Amino acid sequence: MITLCFTVVLIAPLIAVAGALLICRPRFAEYLNLLASIVVFLAAASLPFIVHTPLFFWHNYLFLDALGGWVALCTAVVYLLASVYAVGYMRLLASDKHLPGFYALFAGFAWTMLLAAFVNNIGVFWIAIELTTLVSTFLVGFERAAESIEAAWKYIIVVSAGITLALLGTVLLYWGGSLILGPSYDMTWQTLRDVAPHMNPVLLKLGFLLVLVGYGTKVGLAPMHTWLPDAHSEGPAPVSAMLSGALLNTAMLGIVRFLAVTDAAGIGWLPRTALVVLGILSVLIGALFIVRQEGVKRLMAYSSVEHMGILALGFGFGGVLGIAGALYHMLNHSLNKSLMFFGAGNVMRRYGTKEMLAIRRVLHEFPVSGLLWLAGAVAITGAPPFGLFLSEFSILRAGFSGPNLWAAIVMLVLLIVIFIGFLRHFGAMYFGRQPESAPKGTIISAWCVLPMWLALIPLLVLGLWWPDGLMQIFMNIAHGLMGGTS
Amino acid sequence: MLAAHLDPLAASIFSLITIASMLLSFVMLGSRWLKDYMYAFGIQSWLIALLSALVGYYGHYPELYLIAILTVLFRGLLLPYLVLRILRRLHVGRELHLVLQPSTSLIVGAICVIFSLVLAFRISTAIGFPENIVVLALTVMFTMKLVGFLILSIRHEAVSHILGLMLLENGIFLGSQILIPGMPILIELVVLFDLLVAVACFGVLIRYLMARVGSTSSLELKRLIG
Repeated sequence: MITLCFTVVLIAPLIAVAGALLICRPRFAEYLNLLASIVVFLAAASLPFIVHTPLFFWHNYLFLDALGGWVALCTAVVYLLASVYAVGYMRLLASDKHLPGFYALFAGFAWTMLLAAFVNNIGVFWIAIELTTLVSTFLVGFERAAESIEAAWKYIIVVSAGITLALLGTVLLYWGGSLILGPSYDMTWQTLRDVAPHMNPVLLKLGFLLVLVGYGTKVGLAPMHTWLPDAHSEGPAPVSAMLSGALLNTAMLGIVRFLAVTDAAGIGWLPRTALVVLGILSVLIGALFIVRQEGVKRLMAYSSVEHMGILALGFGFGGVLGIAGALYHMLNHSLNKSLMFFGAGNVMRRYGTKEMLAIRRVLHEFPVSGLLWLAGAVAITGAPPFGLFLSEFSILRAGFSGPNLWAAIVMLVLLIVIFIGFLRHFGAMYFGRQPESAPKGTIISAWCVLPMWLALIPLLVLGLWWPDGLMQIFMNIAHGLMGGTS
Repeated sequence: MLAAHLDPLAASIFSLITIASMLLSFVMLGSRWLKDYMYAFGIQSWLIALLSALVGYYGHYPELYLIAILTVLFRGLLLPYLVLRILRRLHVGRELHLVLQPSTSLIVGAICVIFSLVLAFRISTAIGFPENIVVLALTVMFTMKLVGFLILSIRHEAVSHILGLMLLENGIFLGSQILIPGMPILIELVVLFDLLVAVACFGVLIRYLMARVGSTSSLELKRLIG
């Protein structure tokens, strides 16, 4: 059963890629991709619940544990929502002849992220992360406007350069291991964790910091976040949702697994503090740029920087509470950010601009989906009764009970700043004065509204009720991650 | 570890090759002609291929011969050819706007070497392997990393960025041949992978050219700010 689900998750997107490329029909490609995303979601939804001990596949190159399963589930959720949305949105955006290529890339992008969640070998994990960059570059540059090409260029250069630091860190860690285990060994997460306590602490610290900066670039932690607002704002809306809701989590997975390695080695405060500092910096940068933002999608992008900072803080504070909060935050953020990008995409199509100054009286144009978007905006700032409130609250509690009290206090202050800044923009967009230029009146199909419902309802449910089953999974993952120390 | 018991002849050949590769990265740093970057990068890749073949010979890792061949093919021949083709199509001979004059950037590069050397010394003494070849491999690995980042930040032409990126990876590649020759599958994949990165870069670049014919300088990339 588990093996079947696992195989389906990894095969279905590939079938969609092959189908879209072989049979170059736009309608066929979009429905095939939609079908694949539904299948992936159904298969991935069960994974974290049925995995108790890690399972290994393919000569140990792939494995399935609860953490990987959870990240894959978040990816699958975003893939499903974005695929539904793309059916409506991409018909507005691109001509039919480009659609099969788009869906092939789209499904391929989902596949690379799902793969990265299951990779067991740290070298292959690096490659999987690099693969996500390569595929998504073309999605970012898909519109071929000068801005999209600029964003794609910055994306590939900044992220590839950053991620070579992670490769350097990986090489140093492998070298450290080879001094103990002999020249050739299988570099799995578990081996690295077992060998870490015997490894030289200098090498281990240096390796971890390099890996943190390298994958941190991909996560979009400040000050390595510079590619993120450009790429997220210039790609088509479904791609932005995938980048923000799924890709960043996948890269964060790498940092979390390396953090478990340094925890097992017990080399002191440095790794966690480094992560907490990067987290605080990201929340700070997010807050500053949210307050004075002018583009609607860049607003969402900086909000992603902020939320990745919060995730980093959650894992950095650690403890069962911090880890559980951060994992819960992953899912909530995936749902919420997809909702926000979908709303932003609809608004951009209707008003024909990205500038928030020209977007006014949204409720007038979108009586129903406008309300959904507004609810999402309230949710993303961490207000109750939505899921992000619960997860941010647990992360804060973890911070207050840990040694990094200062970080928790700074985070709280910045969250309030973000709450005010974010809702001020939305207040202006919803209740501001009528703009001079009239909206274009593009018809937004039901495909573009349905996924907003699909995202908001679970978000509300997760905010009112933290399911016991999820808590159980989080406890398992947290104990797995902290296994070396406790 | 291979580097711990290496016969003196092999050790000196390895040192020679690593130092020569480091000097070639300084050629890239000190010139303003894009063709020079490309030739220096090509020769560097050939040297690295030679190094992997030698490490394979002395350390008895037959996989490394295959890697040497792949390196020559992809990094030594295919990439320079692609870059040359792009250069011919672009009609850009050299960097027009310099942030740092070549002489200044050489001095900054020298500071990078000193920093890397100190770092490498500290690491190798902490680990307990103060052999020359280990220190040298670490130094060159860090130096090429820093010089690569320096090139990425002080050059504006798109082609320089691609080569800077490749230089970052050449450094890791070179260091890992000496430090961890037993990591073959990863290295193999990385070789193939860099090519993919490069091809993707070129793909984006060509689209970019189609969108805005004329300039490939990153100075023009200033629409997205804030």
